[in-house]
Amino acid sequence: MSNFLPELLQQLFNGLSLGAIYALIAIGYTMVYGIIGMINFAHGEIYMIGAYVGLVTLSAVGVQGGLPVWLVITLMILIAVLVTAVYGYAVEQLAYRPLRDSPRLVPLISAIGMSIFLQNWMALGQGARDMAVPALIPGAMRFGGEGGGFEIFIPYARVLVIAVTVVLMVLLTLYIRNSRMGRASRACSQDMHMANLLGIDTNRVISFTFVLGAMLAAVGGVLIALAVGKLNPFIGFIAGIKAFTAAVLGGIGSIPGAMLGGVILGIAETLAAAYISSEYKDIVAFLLLVLILMFRPTGLLGKPEVEKV
Amino acid sequence: MAHTTTSSTDIRGALRGAITATVLAAIVLLPSFTLHLERAGARTTIAPHWSTLAWGCLAVFVVQLLRPLLLPRFPTVKLPSLPCFEPGRHRALMLAVLVAAVVWPFFGGRNSIDIATLTLIYVMLGLGLNIVVGFAGLLDLGFVGFYATGAYTFALLYHWAGWSFWEALPFTGAMSALFGFVLGFPVLRLRGDYLAIVTLGFGEIIRLLLVNLVGLTGGPDGIAGLPKPTVFGLPMTRNPAVEGGTTFHQFFGLEFNTIHVVIFLYLMALTLACITLYVSNRLIRMPIGRSWEALREDEIACRSLGLNPMKIKLSAFTLGAMFAGFGGAFFAARQGIVNPESFTFIESALILAIVVLGGMGSQLGVIVAAIVLTVLPELAREFSQYRMLIFGLVMIVMMVWRPQGLLPMKRHQVEVPR
Repeated sequence: MSNFLPELLQQLFNGLSLGAIYALIAIGYTMVYGIIGMINFAHGEIYMIGAYVGLVTLSAVGVQGGLPVWLVITLMILIAVLVTAVYGYAVEQLAYRPLRDSPRLVPLISAIGMSIFLQNWMALGQGARDMAVPALIPGAMRFGGEGGGFEIFIPYARVLVIAVTVVLMVLLTLYIRNSRMGRASRACSQDMHMANLLGIDTNRVISFTFVLGAMLAAVGGVLIALAVGKLNPFIGFIAGIKAFTAAVLGGIGSIPGAMLGGVILGIAETLAAAYISSEYKDIVAFLLLVLILMFRPTGLLGKPEVEKV
Repeated sequence: MAHTTTSSTDIRGALRGAITATVLAAIVLLPSFTLHLERAGARTTIAPHWSTLAWGCLAVFVVQLLRPLLLPRFPTVKLPSLPCFEPGRHRALMLAVLVAAVVWPFFGGRNSIDIATLTLIYVMLGLGLNIVVGFAGLLDLGFVGFYATGAYTFALLYHWAGWSFWEALPFTGAMSALFGFVLGFPVLRLRGDYLAIVTLGFGEIIRLLLVNLVGLTGGPDGIAGLPKPTVFGLPMTRNPAVEGGTTFHQFFGLEFNTIHVVIFLYLMALTLACITLYVSNRLIRMPIGRSWEALREDEIACRSLGLNPMKIKLSAFTLGAMFAGFGGAFFAARQGIVNPESFTFIESALILAIVVLGGMGSQLGVIVAAIVLTVLPELAREFSQYRMLIFGLVMIVMMVWRPQGLLPMKRHQVEVPR
């Protein structure tokens, strides 16, 4: 019984670092949905590509290349962000822009096609097997554990995940609140047509939304690759669905909601894995998704949507 | 003079566009197809393939530069819409196709019959999903869950109670329909894309349960040794399973040949597919089918006309699930083994692609698309690694280029002569 509290703390920490990643991906879903009302099914794949670009950069620079670790990680994140921004832009241009005014299901099916395409694109290019990512930030903080008690184990890589996520969230909130583009994008999410009449280039805002979402997902990809130490072309699918769950949980269209939803989902999943069974953690995430949509489709922080004739 | 200035700015603009596209293509190609990751022991190194990058960029540059020139030259491709026959000729044609479908396996090779059987399973699944997606307009991404339910219902009934295929068949459909009903009940009031994600969640939950309930379902290994269907109680094996029993070839005095069972399975799949086609063809002409279509077109209008959207959606969802259940049971009997690997999301996406490619709601379209999507990969085996890539691409291109599908559904209508 004395081990209960330290173990719970450990699980909460694990859940928080997992939830941070979900939150980073969920923002992409929620922003795109907020603006054009479509589920960008291929968003999880962008996260996967971000992770791959990080690994490619790391291998190109060389693990023992003599550069300090912080510089290598910054480089990985920067290059991943740049490349996935292009991916996000291209995906929107090729697969969604031509479908802007079609019925709702059409872009969703196109997005599923894009998701399958990108998975296999990476699998063909880099091989479908697991790739190992060298541990750049080894070591962990340890607390407790004296006298045979439970030892809390906090790896530095996971601390980095949480730290970077928090910094990005603050920056994003400030950017959306204060910048010109942020104002334009908020205007578009309220009323696209009206924003257009007022002289906002809505096409640019939509492109910007996809690019911004892709960049955040890429950061998530690089961080998770460093923390977990392996990746394959199919990690995006499950992560994408879960991040979408997080976005719905928080209330789709709401950026703070996505952050909150990510953290709650991450913690719920880790606790389920720890106290029920690790095989059932995916089921818990899906069940949570089903339950929220059934009982509170607007999520925790979302506003109800009224369909007008 | 003015003319030349416009054309020179045109060229400059085209060049700029082409260069931008090439740079973007280069960035996209760099981490995927150029800087190839290679594992050397514990270390990961990079083996660059610069030629791929160069060719890719060149292709993008040329295409992008020539696109404004080529685009107007392309004749707008007009795909055939459904040919219109008079009722008598239509019936004769149907009969001819059916006779041909029944007769050819007796002269065909084992491999092609096998592929045809698989195709017919997909025809059946496609027609089942067509009821949900095409007729009622409910995007269901978890259809494979009901397919799995059917397959596992048969497998479990055989494994735990020793039921034969024919005894279990009605229960497989009923079980899947029940699942459709129970799962559909709470979620069908959700709007289009939310519904899609929830059904996807259900599909995954069913698969994860099948993997994890090891005691009941055998876990990842599944259940093996399922019997093939019998012909009116006559097993199609070399030797009777029970002492003193009669097998198919003994009863008819034939030489035992394994091709018999292959042909039999094909004919059964054909029968099941025809039944599905017939039933869904009738349903769409019934009031319930009409209300599915009305609901798809406009839910609010439908409700204000006094139709209960919940009932209508639930009926479509349940019926679609039932056909998936029959398909699953047949699939399980044909393979002789079920495991969760056969019921991943990709399978749902494939069935959805069949419906979408064929033209949502169009039954002939669904049949043609099922044939195309199962036979083409078999023909192009050397390209099998590109199969899924092309498959994803086809879904995007179809949506951009022809969202109504290859053979779109025709509305039954009468024009009043003026």
